[in-house]
Amino acid sequence: MANITHMEVDLSEVRYIDTAAAIFLNTLKQNLQEKKISFEIVGANSDMNGTIELVNKTKTTSLPLPKAKSLGILNYIGELSYNYYIGFLSFISFLGKLFATKLYYLKSFKNIRFKEIAFEINESAIKALGIIALTSFLVGLVIAYQSAYQLKIYGANIFIVDMMGIATLRELAPLMTAIVIAGRSGSAFTAQIGAMKITEELDAMRTMGFDPYIYLVLPRIIALMLTMPILIFVADIMGVFGGMIVANFSLDITPKLFIERFNEVIEAKQFFIGISKGPYFAFLIASIGIYRGLRVKDDTQSIGLNTTKSVVESIFAVIICDAIFSIIFTNMGI
Amino acid sequence: MMSSIIKVKDVKTIFGTKVVHDGLNLTVNEGELYGLLGPSGCGKTTLLKEMVMLQEYHGGSIEILGNNLNSIKYEKAQQLRREWGVLFQGGALFSSLNLKDNIARPLIEYTDLSQKMIDEIVEFKINIVGLKSSDALLFPSQISGGMTKKAALARALSMDPKLLFLDEPTSGLDPISAREFDRLILDLKQLLGLTIVMVSHDLQSIYDTLDKVAIIDEKKIVYEGTLENLKSVDNGFVHTFFEGHM
Repeated sequence: MANITHMEVDLSEVRYIDTAAAIFLNTLKQNLQEKKISFEIVGANSDMNGTIELVNKTKTTSLPLPKAKSLGILNYIGELSYNYYIGFLSFISFLGKLFATKLYYLKSFKNIRFKEIAFEINESAIKALGIIALTSFLVGLVIAYQSAYQLKIYGANIFIVDMMGIATLRELAPLMTAIVIAGRSGSAFTAQIGAMKITEELDAMRTMGFDPYIYLVLPRIIALMLTMPILIFVADIMGVFGGMIVANFSLDITPKLFIERFNEVIEAKQFFIGISKGPYFAFLIASIGIYRGLRVKDDTQSIGLNTTKSVVESIFAVIICDAIFSIIFTNMGI
Repeated sequence: MMSSIIKVKDVKTIFGTKVVHDGLNLTVNEGELYGLLGPSGCGKTTLLKEMVMLQEYHGGSIEILGNNLNSIKYEKAQQLRREWGVLFQGGALFSSLNLKDNIARPLIEYTDLSQKMIDEIVEFKINIVGLKSSDALLFPSQISGGMTKKAALARALSMDPKLLFLDEPTSGLDPISAREFDRLILDLKQLLGLTIVMVSHDLQSIYDTLDKVAIIDEKKIVYEGTLENLKSVDNGFVHTFFEGHM
């Protein structure tokens, strides 16, 4: 390299060059000039010269692209925690607004949107009956099947009734229902309200004096809180039914014997504990779903992101809530 | 003597650290077709949203139909919302309702009119904006952009407001539909005695329809007045934007 003083690029056999090639030649020229090597392009036609000229002209007037800033790990953690903190505050402010609007409902019976509530009951509860029945039936079946094998070893066949009864009524049915509803209605709430925000339908409602909290938010929350216990009841029936089938075929416990034993050992409180969790789970799922919908920004990516977050956060919140209930009930000796 | 419908005084708007408006003043009189113009990002739509109580401002005052928005009470604000109509850029029709129900919605919520009477009113509103009665049962997803704008206009007019806000009414329309929409707005203004405030980028539409304009640039109103006197304004945006017409 050291003794080269001149370089020529011959383009006479070339019919066409694109801007990428021109940029390459231009950069090459600059590099060589820095090393005091003269550079010449020969045989280029006027089109090629035009392209090279354009590239050179743009290069002299434009600034290099800025480097994307890479943040350090501390910076990243700080930003993330701050965002979580702000997110938490805005959820609290959402809850505040929600309760303020609830007072408006209490002010007059006429303010309650019965029609919207009925519509939501149909959408998020009645239409979900099938899938909830099926999932809890299958979960009951699977759990009974797995434990039947273990119980058989000890000859404790009849205890399948105690186990299935308490587990299903107290924990499994409420949790399964909440998870299915979070996936089904929680995500739907986020997507619906998020889309309405993007199309400015929420703004249009506000300018017409229709407060979205009264027309969209509260009906959804109330509908879900009213129907969740009923859905859990259906899940109870189907879960225990699944256990009963397994007991019949794997453990030779007839349905009649199963039900007799069930009446003997399962207290009504197990059922009521399970049912009573329903409205709390429903409130968490609906309010997180709607809150996420209202957080959607003016781009389509935001809907997907918030829907994912809505489902993840509501399932997480339901499980936390269930754990708290578990501690409370145990300490109360129920 | 014309009375003023909207008075904007010293309005300041700040987003984070960015100052959008730094002391805007303007007055819209009854019966005017008033345009808010300016380069993109100057805060025209923001000002419009502040006027219809969708966006908070951080200083100054806005008075609409004699109500000061700084101190307005909830009930009064709800009443004020029935006295204006707003046409959003994308129409913002309620996608779960058909056109008829979209237009009838405010009537159902706010009046005791019979179903038959509401149907009559909806039929009138649909036809006056240039749609056909047979379109009434279509859903927003089934209609074209031009029809969406017309239907949204019909909904904005459903409570017979005296004041109408239009956010870029002709954007997204082809030139023929856009001119048609301009004529429609002029006709409706005549017929119904409307006062109209509109944000626009469409030069043709600006010259065809507006009585008075306010130009927002560099956080301030750089000009308020008729289009004819615009020539005397020494402003970069005005020169570029109205170049061919001056």
